[in-house]
Amino acid sequence: MFNASLKQLSTQLAEKKFSSTELTTQFLQRIKQLNPEYNAFITVNEEMSLAQAKAADKMIAAGQAGPLTGIPIAQKDIFCAKGWLTTCGSRMLSNFISPYDAGVIERFNQAGAINIGKTNMDEFAMGSSNETSYYGMVKNPWDIAAVPGGSSGGAACAVAARLAPAATGTDTGGSIRQPAALCGISGIKPTYGLVSRYGMIAFASSLDQGGPMAKSAEDLALLLNVMTGFDPRDSTSLQRDAENYSQDLQKPLAGLRIGLPKEYFAEGMSQDVANAIEKTLIEYRKLGAQTVEVSLPNAPLSIPVYYVLAPAEASSNLSRFDGVRYGYRASSYSDLADMYRKTRAQGFGAEVKRRILIGTYVLSHGYYDAYYIKAQKLRRLIAQDFIAAYKQCDIIMGPTAPTVAFNLGEKSGDPIQMYLSDIYTSAANLTGMPAMSIPIGFGDKNRPIGLHIMGNYFKEAQMLNIAHQYQLVTDWHLKSPV
Amino acid sequence: MQWEIVIGLEVHAQLSTQSKIFSGASTAYGAPPNTQACVIDLALPGVLPVLNKGAVERAIRFGLSVGAKINSPSIFARKNYFYPDLPKGYQISQYELPVVQGGSIQIQMDGADKNIRLTRAHLEEDAGKSLHEDFHGMSGIDLNRAGTPLLEIVSEPDMRSSAEAVAYAKTLHALVRWIGICDGNMQEGSFRCDANVSVRPRGTEKLGTRCEIKNLNSFRFLEKAIDYEARRQIEILEDGGAIRQETRLYDASKDETRTMRTKEDANDYRYFPDPDLLPLEIPASWIDQVRSALPELPQVRRDRYMSEFALSAYDASVLTSSRETADYFESTIRQLPAQEKLCANWIMGEISGQLNKEGLEISACPITPSQLATLLKRISDGTISGKAAKTVFESMWNGELEKNVDAIIAAKGLKQISDDSAIEKLVDQVLAANAQQVTDYRNGKEKAFNSLVGQIMKATHGKANPAQVNVILKKKLEG
Repeated sequence: MFNASLKQLSTQLAEKKFSSTELTTQFLQRIKQLNPEYNAFITVNEEMSLAQAKAADKMIAAGQAGPLTGIPIAQKDIFCAKGWLTTCGSRMLSNFISPYDAGVIERFNQAGAINIGKTNMDEFAMGSSNETSYYGMVKNPWDIAAVPGGSSGGAACAVAARLAPAATGTDTGGSIRQPAALCGISGIKPTYGLVSRYGMIAFASSLDQGGPMAKSAEDLALLLNVMTGFDPRDSTSLQRDAENYSQDLQKPLAGLRIGLPKEYFAEGMSQDVANAIEKTLIEYRKLGAQTVEVSLPNAPLSIPVYYVLAPAEASSNLSRFDGVRYGYRASSYSDLADMYRKTRAQGFGAEVKRRILIGTYVLSHGYYDAYYIKAQKLRRLIAQDFIAAYKQCDIIMGPTAPTVAFNLGEKSGDPIQMYLSDIYTSAANLTGMPAMSIPIGFGDKNRPIGLHIMGNYFKEAQMLNIAHQYQLVTDWHLKSPV
Repeated sequence: MQWEIVIGLEVHAQLSTQSKIFSGASTAYGAPPNTQACVIDLALPGVLPVLNKGAVERAIRFGLSVGAKINSPSIFARKNYFYPDLPKGYQISQYELPVVQGGSIQIQMDGADKNIRLTRAHLEEDAGKSLHEDFHGMSGIDLNRAGTPLLEIVSEPDMRSSAEAVAYAKTLHALVRWIGICDGNMQEGSFRCDANVSVRPRGTEKLGTRCEIKNLNSFRFLEKAIDYEARRQIEILEDGGAIRQETRLYDASKDETRTMRTKEDANDYRYFPDPDLLPLEIPASWIDQVRSALPELPQVRRDRYMSEFALSAYDASVLTSSRETADYFESTIRQLPAQEKLCANWIMGEISGQLNKEGLEISACPITPSQLATLLKRISDGTISGKAAKTVFESMWNGELEKNVDAIIAAKGLKQISDDSAIEKLVDQVLAANAQQVTDYRNGKEKAFNSLVGQIMKATHGKANPAQVNVILKKKLEG
């Protein structure tokens, strides 16, 4: 049950091997048993989950079940869910019960999925190790001395430790893909605008994109079918025909041109990761693909560009957390300015404050052109690099992260080292293009390694096909730490 | 030294949409606090703005009415600052690329036209209200107004006196109501003015340091605040001082302006394009559609009244001061062709006098254009005198006899005696009874004539047609 694919669970529910209530109860028990060690969940609400399971059982009995009906999904605590504590990993929202559902939550509810709990995350999604959460760090289930990655660290841990069949994440600079890689699971960040941002607490609006995290590409496709779609409440949501992301999974890969950016195979990548990538490429060649070297000359600028634009947007997005209407408010203050100061000084953690300061600085009078405008120009150049590269190849591959999971505490004192964890991932957010990570083996200390698969706009179905074909001939995605 | 005052105005016109600019909550005025603030207006975590097309359509309407350029795309930007009634910690506004660029407004000063250029007009959302009373030393926040659509209309510094500034504000006020984009209610804050005032030695080009005066919610306050501020600046300069650039607040109770904040403690708003809203593209077809639905503009109508009906510039301006008044005038003259001046006089005289007295808008006038036309027809066809018409008008205003003009004339016996032979008989009687005055007149005492007319009118209780009386009397006396 805990290792079953979504398709298997759905079949077993339909065949009445077990009910959704039983399935949900099993996972809730497993969370109760293992979460104290991993800290993957911030909130578990058995009553609400079981009420949903009961409703799902009725849908199944009435023959109205869809592919996800009755299946528990762990929701990142960045998605507002009606009646649920929604903290975004911050003390600032430690008392915020959302009065409304995010677009993504609505879609899962309509599909009859069960919200099995809200997963831990870096505070306001700012981090690559899940160490900035107000609710404490999450452990990597492969090695509890290691970080799970971030910001969707709780989600990655929950799926890897089989505390949930699948999970949602959000990705602003790599927050789905990097923890997926570090925890040995699969995750995809879709093209910007495919998944509604309504009710997804904003970090950097032009970069944020929700996406699924699961054990396999096949599961990701099913989840993406539910999560994507136009939402009129999000002005950046794309209006396009619904796509079936499962339909191309079985296509053969013969003739596939895999682009290998020379900039990504340069210094910085550790040897164990390089070895695993090399083995994976051999596998793909066996499947009929060929590799071509491509160049993304501006891609190495992704990190500096990202660390101008993301904090700029964040500094403004996080202004609403002022203690006036909801959320944390300092208990004593002398006047209005003092209330703002104390509330925000106490309510936000150090990394969030650092990024608010950076963002405020780059938007300030006299610095705006040199930082923000310049970064926007480079952002366009980076996108042009990718568009040009996709004339020579169908897909781009490389490592998701430069190393396997690092140790808890190892980089938390060095923000620049931490920011470099996203060196390969942040470009996809800047371009808005889809990208995913799948497990391809183990490196140092037997910690997982992820393959980064990047595609042009709206190439999700093809990317899932490429990942699935690999998972048909390998079993890395079936390995579980517990 | 002779000083010249230089004024530019920033006007915030609240757009008359049903719902807010970025949410579906109602914009109706006067609801209990926070009952018209949805999750978006409250800036809950995760909510996003969606632009109200009605607000954009109104901005286009305005732009076309002032001959401005409609920018496409235009960009929404965030203006970042902290205040408790600003829920997101930023206001969504437009900064570098506003929806409306340029254009101008013509004002009339002492019978001459003057052109006031517009810099721009941009869309933005209003903030909520902080309430400092009734909360025992604390402040209350009402977010009903948060997210209400505003069009900020910025003029060039083209005005040279408080009178010009008031004329501009009034013309703009009439225009936004005329084209139906703003109800213009100044008490409710639907039309708010800020004035940028500076002074310079007459004859020089360089602009002086300006102060911005806020909180001018009536035309009278606008005038007084500018006058006060100009005097203040001139006094400082004449004493050898320098003007400090600052924002000042007008205090109506003391009739003075005082410092609100100086340039040094002004916020750095850190404007940047709002990533939650795409650039606003306005297709040419939409602009054409809005253009074809625009009403005839006040300026155009005013000119037409002058050329087509030979009305004076003053009359034409008064009649086009609001669309309702102009429409009232036009529907009256449609039923009474070739009597435009008579209609104009009555609308500007009796009608407007009564409306003012009772504090009514012309839309609430108890006498319809067709009822007025019927009444005026009775003057022009000689049935009643102008004086009697005023009596009929009063009865109609009070709703007597179902406002039936002829019934009121009959009931009150106001019909004029217009029969020549009947008047001649009367004249003969009066002449016979006043031999002395006849003699006086014939001896050159012109005044005696008026006295005789008075006698005749008295004898008929004012009903004799005065023009006819004049003609017949003159004939008899001189014949």
